[in-house]
Amino acid sequence: MSLQLFIEQLLNGIQFGFMLFLMSAGLTLIFGVMGLINLAHGSFFMIGAFSASFVAGLTGNFLLAILASLIFPALIGIMVESSIIRKLYERDHLDQVLATFALILIFSEATRYIFGAFPLFLDIPNILQGNILLPGEIVYSKYRLIIIIIGLFIAIGLYFLINRTLLGIQIKAGQNDRQMIRVLGINISRLYTIVFAMGAALAGLAGALIGAIQSVEVGMGEPVLILAFVVIVIGGIGSIKGALIGALLIGVLDTMARLFLPIFFELIMETSQALSLGSSLASISAYLLMALVLIFRPTGLFGKK
Amino acid sequence: MFKKSISTFILFLLTISHAYGDKVKVGMITTLSGGGSGLGIDIRDGFALAVKDEPNIEIFSGDDQRKPDIAVQLADKMIQSDKVDIITGIVWSNLAMAVVPAVVNQGKFYLSPNAGPSLLAGKKCHKNYFNIAWQNDNLHEAAGGYASSAGFKNSFIIAPNYPAGKDALTGYKRYFKGSIENEVYTKLGQTDYAAEIAKIRASKADSVYFFLPGGMGIAFIKQFSQAQVDLPLVGPAFSFDQGILKAVGNAALGVKNTSQWSKDIENAENKKFVEDFQSAYGRLPSLYASQGYDTGKIIVSAMANASIKDMDAFREALKNAPTQGFKSTRGKFAFSSNHHPIQDIYVREVVEENGTLTNKLISSGLVDHSNFYVDQCKM
Repeated sequence: MSLQLFIEQLLNGIQFGFMLFLMSAGLTLIFGVMGLINLAHGSFFMIGAFSASFVAGLTGNFLLAILASLIFPALIGIMVESSIIRKLYERDHLDQVLATFALILIFSEATRYIFGAFPLFLDIPNILQGNILLPGEIVYSKYRLIIIIIGLFIAIGLYFLINRTLLGIQIKAGQNDRQMIRVLGINISRLYTIVFAMGAALAGLAGALIGAIQSVEVGMGEPVLILAFVVIVIGGIGSIKGALIGALLIGVLDTMARLFLPIFFELIMETSQALSLGSSLASISAYLLMALVLIFRPTGLFGKK
Repeated sequence: MFKKSISTFILFLLTISHAYGDKVKVGMITTLSGGGSGLGIDIRDGFALAVKDEPNIEIFSGDDQRKPDIAVQLADKMIQSDKVDIITGIVWSNLAMAVVPAVVNQGKFYLSPNAGPSLLAGKKCHKNYFNIAWQNDNLHEAAGGYASSAGFKNSFIIAPNYPAGKDALTGYKRYFKGSIENEVYTKLGQTDYAAEIAKIRASKADSVYFFLPGGMGIAFIKQFSQAQVDLPLVGPAFSFDQGILKAVGNAALGVKNTSQWSKDIENAENKKFVEDFQSAYGRLPSLYASQGYDTGKIIVSAMANASIKDMDAFREALKNAPTQGFKSTRGKFAFSSNHHPIQDIYVREVVEENGTLTNKLISSGLVDHSNFYVDQCKM
């Protein structure tokens, strides 16, 4: 195990973490502000990837594709929020879970109907292909580095949005006391639509960025959605800071567990068993961390008491 | 006129009696929605194409959503309320392990168009279980053999942590003469391989073998190529099928892969299958489609030689189908004593043909290849 490999894996973990952050930021805001459990959030991840792939296929321009991955999910988010989701805010969580689960099925099958059952093609632009040599002889993928940078910018942008703008104040007020801000005469339904569209756009962006290095296919959002829920439970529901810290924790933990657990078990048992046990344990490491956090801090790391 | 209709009627009766006239109900449990649905849809379409001229087959279709519990429920429903005689369709080995033993123990036939887990070929084999595709290890054995003959000495091998993943790497190692640098099992459904690729780059391997079906393989090949690791990649056909190549793009160019079927295998049955499939569905068939098609054709052949009401006779007719009228799209095809195919497994290369990526046969990897578990099976 060289130091280079270790740092490369650390960067991979951070990149994975920022991708999870893009997903969980929207999820945690929507839950924090509207009190809505939105299982269909993963569908916006998929819609973002499909719109990017479609636009990239049409124009060959990656930047336009990324733009599409923000705009289409946001538009669909606005449509869905104002027609269906809005009716769910006053209902209990079970109704929300049922209704948004139905939305997953509708979105998935609609996408399959339009684009077919086979994965689509989306590649990273030529200029970002290949690796870059970082200080200390570390070879790292240019594209993944770009994902880290985009994630950083969005984290900073969200910080300013929440803490320095009127919209941010309204969002925070909405998290604290929904009734009160309605009474104060703030157009709450407009605020809800904006927050929902923003969450959808961030998920769509994550989908497009990841779609370029993975496969753009129906159902690609759900595995990420599960981890995003783990992230917001660890970070504390409603907290953007919690989502960022939680996402980075999960990203690094998951990557490092995949690297080190098989090596660790090989020290104490036979190779084939060690590989199998190590990789099984690595795939549940995120959930173990969630269980630990729930035992010691039931409201999450940055959740309200 | 009267005479003519009488003779037509008699002719009609004769055809019916020849085909035994008993309706065969087939339960098609496969993945039709969500992740991995491309594979299930191809199996279903290939099967439907094979039996479209056989009026005595009735198909009950069900979507397992790639979930074992749903597949088990579907099988129960099809056996108890639809009263099916044969079940087929399952893509994934973990689903097959959950469904097949119960189906065959209830006196129904199960014909596998894809999954071939080692347990069902060996210790848990059953007289009512037939595999039309391959035993899980087969394509990987051919890949191991190819890697040895290509002069690779030290392989990095990777597969998902589930029954077929373990079968795959076992199969590769069985025929690979070199050493194994590292053996990695990933989470089923994992799509980010940055950690694994970093390990590959840091290793001393001279070749990489991977079994990552569906979207996992697309993600792996793209990331492997983007990381510019300069090592030859070998894989089974699953990651280089027609539908997948479109999504992978040029990253797959030149990769060697092993398959029991290819659209350019030359025989009349295959030519007809490829043409009919294209005109019926407007796309090139995949190996899954060919497996679904062969499964359908085997049932049609058995129906011509036995009645489904006589289980023993029908079982014999299935077993003897390769010598009694069934012609596989793969050419040579026979059943081993544990009801798995004995067939050739080819090595293919991904090439560009008129602007589209496709596969070209380059050599026959393993000839008349059976499976390792024949001796473990006591029927």
